[in-house]
Amino acid sequence: MSDKNVSFVRTKMLPQSEPPIGQRGVVKWIRENLFSSWLNAILTLVSIWLVWFVVSHLTPWFANSVWAAESLSQCREIRDATIGNGVPSACFAVITDRWQQLLFGFYPNTEYWRPVLALVLFVVGILPALFTAIPRKFLIGTAVTPFVLFWLLWGGSVWTTAAGALGFVIGYYAFKLLTDRAGLIVGVGGAVGISFAYWLFAAGPLGDALHSILPIGIQYVESKNFGGFTLSVVIGVSGIILSLPLGILLALGRKSDMFIVNKLSTGFIEVIRGVPLIVWLFTASLILNYFLPPGTNFDLMLRVIIMVTLFSAAYIAEVVRGGLAALPKGQYEAADSLGLDYWKSMRLIILPQALKISIPGIVNTFIGLFKDTTLVVFIGLFDPIGLTNAIRASTNWNGIYWELYVFIGLMFFVFCYSMGRYSLYLEKKLQREHR
Amino acid sequence: MTTLTDTPKASFRLSMLIYDTRYRSLTIQVTTLGMVCLGIFWLGYNASVNLAKLGLQPNFSFLSSRAGYDISQSLIEYDSSFTHGRAALVGIVNTLLVAVLGCVAATLIGVVAGVLRLSKNWVVSRLMAVYVEGFRNVPLLLWIILIYAVMTESTPQPRDFREGGAASMLLDGSVAITNRGVYIPKPVFESGSMAVIAVLVLSFIGALLYRRYARKMLFTQGRLLPMVWPALAILIVPTLVAFFALGGPISLNYPELGGFNFAGGIQISNPLMALWVALSLYTGAFIAEIVRAGIMAISKGQTEAAYSLGLRPGRTMNLVILPQAMRVIIPPLISQFLNLTKNSSLAIAVGYPDVRATLGGITLNQTGRALECMLLIGLFYLAISLAISLVMNFYNNRMQMKER
Repeated sequence: MSDKNVSFVRTKMLPQSEPPIGQRGVVKWIRENLFSSWLNAILTLVSIWLVWFVVSHLTPWFANSVWAAESLSQCREIRDATIGNGVPSACFAVITDRWQQLLFGFYPNTEYWRPVLALVLFVVGILPALFTAIPRKFLIGTAVTPFVLFWLLWGGSVWTTAAGALGFVIGYYAFKLLTDRAGLIVGVGGAVGISFAYWLFAAGPLGDALHSILPIGIQYVESKNFGGFTLSVVIGVSGIILSLPLGILLALGRKSDMFIVNKLSTGFIEVIRGVPLIVWLFTASLILNYFLPPGTNFDLMLRVIIMVTLFSAAYIAEVVRGGLAALPKGQYEAADSLGLDYWKSMRLIILPQALKISIPGIVNTFIGLFKDTTLVVFIGLFDPIGLTNAIRASTNWNGIYWELYVFIGLMFFVFCYSMGRYSLYLEKKLQREHR
Repeated sequence: MTTLTDTPKASFRLSMLIYDTRYRSLTIQVTTLGMVCLGIFWLGYNASVNLAKLGLQPNFSFLSSRAGYDISQSLIEYDSSFTHGRAALVGIVNTLLVAVLGCVAATLIGVVAGVLRLSKNWVVSRLMAVYVEGFRNVPLLLWIILIYAVMTESTPQPRDFREGGAASMLLDGSVAITNRGVYIPKPVFESGSMAVIAVLVLSFIGALLYRRYARKMLFTQGRLLPMVWPALAILIVPTLVAFFALGGPISLNYPELGGFNFAGGIQISNPLMALWVALSLYTGAFIAEIVRAGIMAISKGQTEAAYSLGLRPGRTMNLVILPQAMRVIIPPLISQFLNLTKNSSLAIAVGYPDVRATLGGITLNQTGRALECMLLIGLFYLAISLAISLVMNFYNNRMQMKER
């Protein structure tokens, strides 16, 4: 039987036809995503209205903004002359006029290159620690960076900083030598003791002596001249770098079997966390002097850095403790059964895993710390928000609010958002489970 | 039979304190304790020397002396003739007020934003993402100042509310937003209002009992009683009946424009409003992330399992997803409440009279008792924080997943 006569069988494929208009492209997407139900449709409309409301109010303000003027009244004159009377218009001239102050505070004009160079060096220095693709030997550079940064920012004789840094080198070698001979405890105790003795008695004279032989130095800048974003970044970064090791130690202390160490760590963490940072800052500025030997008066900025460090260390301790608790017990037992001692098991087995789990929390704490640096305005330091008051106090810029706040908000957003993104990148990179 | 004899008792040598693991932890602990005690002693010694030099012996008698300053907002009776202790109490009440208001609003905002951020609706989820990232990445202090500036600079003056003025009241003439604060109606309680409130409380208990009964029926007999409507009816109907039977003893006193300002109603001052709005929006963004993470933490298998048991989506959410998500959500949520309470100390930026402003501000400056004032403030915040920690530990222990 031939099927030549079977006329109802098609011999040729029909060309595919397009799906109906409601089932493809933009229309389908809009229907499925925006108007799939009544509730969804209402939500969509409300959101679009909200966006339109905000955008329609802010766009003319931004679009008509004035960028070159010397005072707010001049801004208004320019606006009235070019755009129209009473039209909403931003006066971003305040930023172009005062950006140096917002970024550097009262840092000497001629020395602006120093904070900038410090920031660049900081970024370059921290890269090997952040990205494992960079060879490990560059980490030595990372270790040297803090001292260079300190010298660049505060200035003074290079030998003072070098003599201070030498204390760490001495401590390191004392630690190595003593640990090989007499064990870890003696090593740590001895290294700390020797370094402190060196700083107390030898560092000062040594620095002075070297300076008198070969005077190399740059202009000394007092802490009270720091301000603006320089101040925020210096406090924030020092706090971040110092609080991480302290926080990890506190977390280990809180997980420790040793009764006294455990209770002391717990007490410290709870007391620090239980009280707002602003109260701690007032404590640092108002009553810390009562607790120091009569006549001492040490730098307010240093006190703030110490307080901020302790504060965020307590928070990091809790985050790390969460990571330690999340590890299965088998990991601790496995480390013990390999015969590793406490520090080795922590360093090689427990902490790498626990820290990996706690990365989001740690970075969130850092973001919080960086945002909290704005609180120093209340104890008389000139962070960006403090500077808005200072700028407004001048007759030229009396009555300007929004432009400054928008600028500061954007700066903080860029810093904090990029930190958050980095934490996401790290989380993804360290993800070992297959999904 | 071989016996294992005890290892011969080695004579104790001093080096064993360091090298022998049996004694080492003792050495470390004693050393730590010694150093901490030494440090505290050193600080205390310095303090006593310094204070003696200044002639300031620490004592708290200033709390019972006359304060002599006014506080702009006070929920309890206060004027300048009251004591410093009373002023501190006013501050504490104000702190708690803004904290409670903030916690409620932040939870509402956060839950809504967190759920909406997971929505399939592209516009809504983007909008929520912008909200969350915007508030999380900018300092709270900036938000407080910004919102305060909006409230004082961009809202109409009371005189604009006069006939023919530029501004008008919201919600049928009951709410006025002005640059001197927000005015809302004030409930007036007349005789008989206690009875209505008592009925309300009783019906609330009744609704809870009904809920419990319905649950019991579900678990013991498998009968699913309707939950929402009867509970709402129990809650509302008796109260309404009592309200109207007693002739409406509770009424509202509306704010009215008189002279240059509003009279009547409740004035919510701008500092309180700015602080409240900023704290709620800021904490709400964090809570939104917590809620989102909590819901996402429940694996998809749970939803699929529930569907395969034949549960409808709504019931799946209520009976399977939410109870598990709650376990993840509640602890960080409570710690956000704690953060909000502590962040309320930023009231200093807008001049809201919280405990730091009264006890740690004016009282401290007037009496010069910095040490005592800061100590009391610290203890107050610490007490709140420890109380919340206790609640959280209690909850965690109750909700802990039962594992092997």
